[in-house]
Amino acid sequence: MNSFVWSLVGGRVLVAVFTLLVVSFTVFCATAILPGDVAEVLLGQAATPEAVAGLRAAMHLNDPALLRFVRWLAGLASGDLGKSYANNMQVAQLIGPRLLNSLKLAGITTLFSVPIALALGIAAAILRGSVFDRALTFLTIAVISVPEFMVATTAVLLFAVHLKWLPALSFAREATSFWDLLRIYAMPVITLAFVISAQMIRMTRAAMIETLDTPYVEMARLKGASPTRIVLRHALPNALGPIVNAVALSLSYLLGGVIIVETIFNYPGIAKLMVDAVSTRDLPLIQSCAMIFCLVYLLLITVADVIAILSNPRLRR
Amino acid sequence: MMTRAIPLPLHYRINIVGLLALCVILFWTMVALFASQLAPHGVGEIVDLDYFGPMSRQFPVGTDYLGRDMLSRILFGARYTVGISLASVTIACVTGVTLGMAAAVTGGWFDTALSRFLDALNSIPSKLFGLVVVAGVGSSIPVLILTMAVIYTPGSYRFARALAVNVNTMDFITVARARGEGVPYIIGSEILPNIIGPVFADVGLRFVFIVLLLSGLSFLGLGVQPPDADWGALVRENISGLPFGAPAVMFPSIAIASLTISVNLLIDNLPKKTRDRSA
Repeated sequence: MNSFVWSLVGGRVLVAVFTLLVVSFTVFCATAILPGDVAEVLLGQAATPEAVAGLRAAMHLNDPALLRFVRWLAGLASGDLGKSYANNMQVAQLIGPRLLNSLKLAGITTLFSVPIALALGIAAAILRGSVFDRALTFLTIAVISVPEFMVATTAVLLFAVHLKWLPALSFAREATSFWDLLRIYAMPVITLAFVISAQMIRMTRAAMIETLDTPYVEMARLKGASPTRIVLRHALPNALGPIVNAVALSLSYLLGGVIIVETIFNYPGIAKLMVDAVSTRDLPLIQSCAMIFCLVYLLLITVADVIAILSNPRLRR
Repeated sequence: MMTRAIPLPLHYRINIVGLLALCVILFWTMVALFASQLAPHGVGEIVDLDYFGPMSRQFPVGTDYLGRDMLSRILFGARYTVGISLASVTIACVTGVTLGMAAAVTGGWFDTALSRFLDALNSIPSKLFGLVVVAGVGSSIPVLILTMAVIYTPGSYRFARALAVNVNTMDFITVARARGEGVPYIIGSEILPNIIGPVFADVGLRFVFIVLLLSGLSFLGLGVQPPDADWGALVRENISGLPFGAPAVMFPSIAIASLTISVNLLIDNLPKKTRDRSA
């Protein structure tokens, strides 16, 4: 590793930090500056002019927007996420367990879908043009082109309504055994896995095909190396960087998927919390959830970029 | 150079899959335009005493949770889904492509600042952005159109800028500059005709993203508000019919899928020259 690589990586991280600032500013603007007076909304029926003025003063709503933004950002940075409007609880307390649940769901999905997607993507690249490849390509395009909730409803129709293997939309009961746990997690995980695998398979296939088309792979083929050896020894090590990059990028699709999946399956995660907060206009909760989502998203994208930089052999010495 | 024909995408040859896809797209466009003539029943009219009715001769795709005719509701839903998405994609791509070409031609700090800002905007997950805006200002059709336009402008900008940067190095641009042409002329008459093919393909792709985002938001109850309903909202209001496999849940989804898959297939089957993103 030389200093040039590190300066590239450092630059990427700086861009991420700058992006996070712009993102936080956008989130703040969208929720705090646009019309719809929070004090009036909170007081509802009891919104006399005096009460509204009092509440506005108490919440510092009369301060200039920039000051409020800086104060909010400082609070976020020091871990103070503010209080929920809806039930006056600390936002951090509300988010904590929910975030854990969502991470659990995302983790299981990742463990489950990454190996399958990689295997399918690489196989499709090797068997390029075959029936298998074309069927897989069609399937992935179909999954990418339909909304996530359609994947979920189709899964429910197939596994719960027709095959009757799994419960339909219930998530309310507690899991008592491992088998129960499996049955409960199965449907959300299957749905999410479909959504992110489709992206991963496409990107893995593209990365692998690019490597298989290089002159050194053709050379290996000409010298008589077996197909297995060509793939495992010559192509795969060189495609690894782009593939890991593809995995990180695909995982960022978890965010969009998780919002739909948690809602449809009533899963007690952070995305469900946020959707509920939007319907009650609980702004501090929405802001915090949005920042967490953006942070995770940026983290994944930055990791993908850094991996792409580090895995480029031309930059290695 | 003055009389050079502008290569319209309509002149391109197209294969059978692309043609079929085009037919489906035209079909939904017609439906969106003439929904009130085509629908057998009124959109809010309760016509079946039973709810979640099955497919029958009288109700080809069943009835919804209140016993309204699903077919009519889907036909009217096409208006919202297609109309809102089209409006959004038009605003997003006109803004994005214009800014992208302007940035490529102008260069300098204008280009750098705009690119950095739009890249940052681009790294907010789209559904999240939608949620935050709806939380802030509430959901209405103009808000939805503008929000989705803002969400998809950066992507369109990036794409158009990348294409325009390549064209910008050509000799005829230098000639135009030497003639003393201004930025509006250069981007409108010299660059745009040379990138119009890929830009149209990109518009299609972005249209698909917007249809999916709109459906997703409506499905969450944050998009098109009742009594109006787009296809996503139709799935939402009938989701309780899912455990017994009511057709009212599946058919709006199938409508969305038929539209988005068709647009994707049409783009995939355009001649390579038109859709090549690395051009």
